[in-house]
Amino acid sequence: MKTLSEPVRREALAYLELYPKKEAALLPILHLAQKDFGFIDDEAELAVAELMEISPVMVRAASRFYFMYHHQPIGEFHMQVCQNISCTIMGAETILDHLKNRLGIEAEQVTEDGKFSVERVECIACCDRGPAMLVNEKLHTNLTPEIIDQIIGELDPSRKIK
Amino acid sequence: MPEHILVTRNFQYPDQPELKIALSRGTYEQWKRILSEKISPEDIINEVKTAKLRGQGGAGFPAGVKWGFVPQDTPKPKYLCVNADEGEPGTFKDRALLEKDPHQLLEGIAITCFAVGIHTAYIYMRGEFYDPQRIVQKAIDDAKKEGLLGKDIQGSGFDLEVIIHMGAGAYICGEETALLNSLEGKKGWPRLKPPFPALVGAFGCPTVINNVETISGVPHIMNMGGEAFQKIGTENDGGTKLFGISGHVQKPGLYELPMGTPLKELVFDVAGGVRDGHELKAVIPGGSSTPILKPDELDIPLEFEAMMEAGTMLGSGAAIVLDETVSIPEVFMVMSRFYAHESCGQCTPCREGCTWIYKIARKIYEGNGVPADLDLILDLAPMLDGTTVCPLGAALAAPAIAIVEKFRDEFLGMMKN
Ligand SMILES: Cc1cc2nc3c(=O)[nH]c(=O)nc-3n(C[C@H](O)[C@H](O)[C@H](O)COP(=O)(O)O)c2cc1C
Repeated sequence: MKTLSEPVRREALAYLELYPKKEAALLPILHLAQKDFGFIDDEAELAVAELMEISPVMVRAASRFYFMYHHQPIGEFHMQVCQNISCTIMGAETILDHLKNRLGIEAEQVTEDGKFSVERVECIACCDRGPAMLVNEKLHTNLTPEIIDQIIGELDPSRKIK
Repeated sequence: MPEHILVTRNFQYPDQPELKIALSRGTYEQWKRILSEKISPEDIINEVKTAKLRGQGGAGFPAGVKWGFVPQDTPKPKYLCVNADEGEPGTFKDRALLEKDPHQLLEGIAITCFAVGIHTAYIYMRGEFYDPQRIVQKAIDDAKKEGLLGKDIQGSGFDLEVIIHMGAGAYICGEETALLNSLEGKKGWPRLKPPFPALVGAFGCPTVINNVETISGVPHIMNMGGEAFQKIGTENDGGTKLFGISGHVQKPGLYELPMGTPLKELVFDVAGGVRDGHELKAVIPGGSSTPILKPDELDIPLEFEAMMEAGTMLGSGAAIVLDETVSIPEVFMVMSRFYAHESCGQCTPCREGCTWIYKIARKIYEGNGVPADLDLILDLAPMLDGTTVCPLGAALAAPAIAIVEKFRDEFLGMMKN
């Protein structure tokens, strides 16, 4: 049985104060739980339900509806590549292919060492600077294969191109 | 400075998110004036009505009119939800407003809440907005310390809490009633209207929902007066609007222009036209939910009604410009994939219809289409319109019909026989 770490638990309980109904704190608390556990599986859902004293089925409904909650491990650096219209016409497909080649994985996969994962996502609201991607919480824009190499090299020197 | 630069007035200053700097540039002056001169809520609502401030989230509902629907005599608490979900493909204006001038938004929130008698405002922000969240949260904390938000603001007795609520990835939560369900911790399934949120909204209480840009315009109305604000724009669409332009133009970016500026001026003059040596093929004028236009169809004023009359929509003001290098079948495949992915699954016509349209679009794009597929799309698409709780399906249907009708030859050209 998973339980949330003490600091996260305190942070989560503080969210309950922000709303007239405690259920409203579910999305923010699931975000916290995902940070704590890495991903949201059945046990994580139960831990959140227990903490919030709400029914597990409500937690499950939210955790499965929203795309940002992952149900299995993702990489230490999670790369979300926009594949919508503006980024596509500016070359998002080339960027995605380059990323997959460099990391040796397909989209929606994790590298064997657990360092990187790649996900195709819909519009991330920076269309004038496409192609764009998020690496964890950081936005990268006007991507080229060279910039991708640079980003990968900075995050993991062992993958740097010599 | 041109008279029509309002909400982007301070975008050029990287230090604008700092409260002291924002104060020195006049932010919160209207908020303080309203409190010190004891301007009445009715006067504010009337000013916003006179200003003809239209909702900037896509639907264009007059903001002052919406505020006026909220009952004043209810014993229930009332809420403001600021829609910062910004998910419409092509749209990137709210990100800029949040990151570059958070105090302008907070002043707008404060004035709106005062006008409607609201003491709690939620900013529903899309989950991927990490930088905007940090910047706006700091702005809230600073404004609270300075006594501009929080309890007994400026000794007026008026209380206001502003709370950021992060979404978790779902375009549908930009639809206002899905947003409410999502705020309450539920799946983002839209609600049937009526009852409208102004009567039964968040937590069953009267609720105003407005887009970030709409709210950011409010301090400017109070500063210059509703009439002067309206005059910048057109008769029914007051003030300015932020237009985001992306794709194959010389100068992609965000531009604040008076409502009613011709679309072709935005594309050719403001954004510099298409890249050198290239030719314009089409423009998706207001986000991917708005029907595509051909180069000879761009002489339309950018205002809500005129765009409707031209068979498209102003939407979120996000123009995507396509030059001759673009494959229209690819754009259609990408576009329909989005709606198939984002349909919330509640209503059968949308859930099944978006998926079917995407499958057909993909089949054509992969070179396996037959001419009858185009007719199937034209038969199918109208079934997504008006048969569902919310207009997500319609947001694919109208663009699908337009793109198939206007580029039929290019689709046929991809087919074997
Ligand atoms: C599928 C769908 C997605 C929407 N997404 C957004 C959005 O991301 N941001 C937004 O402000 N409005 C969005 N809207 C419009 C809202 O439902 C609503 O009209 C708006 O928030 C009202 O604020 P306004 O009057 O200030 O524009 C969307 C509507 C639909 C049908």
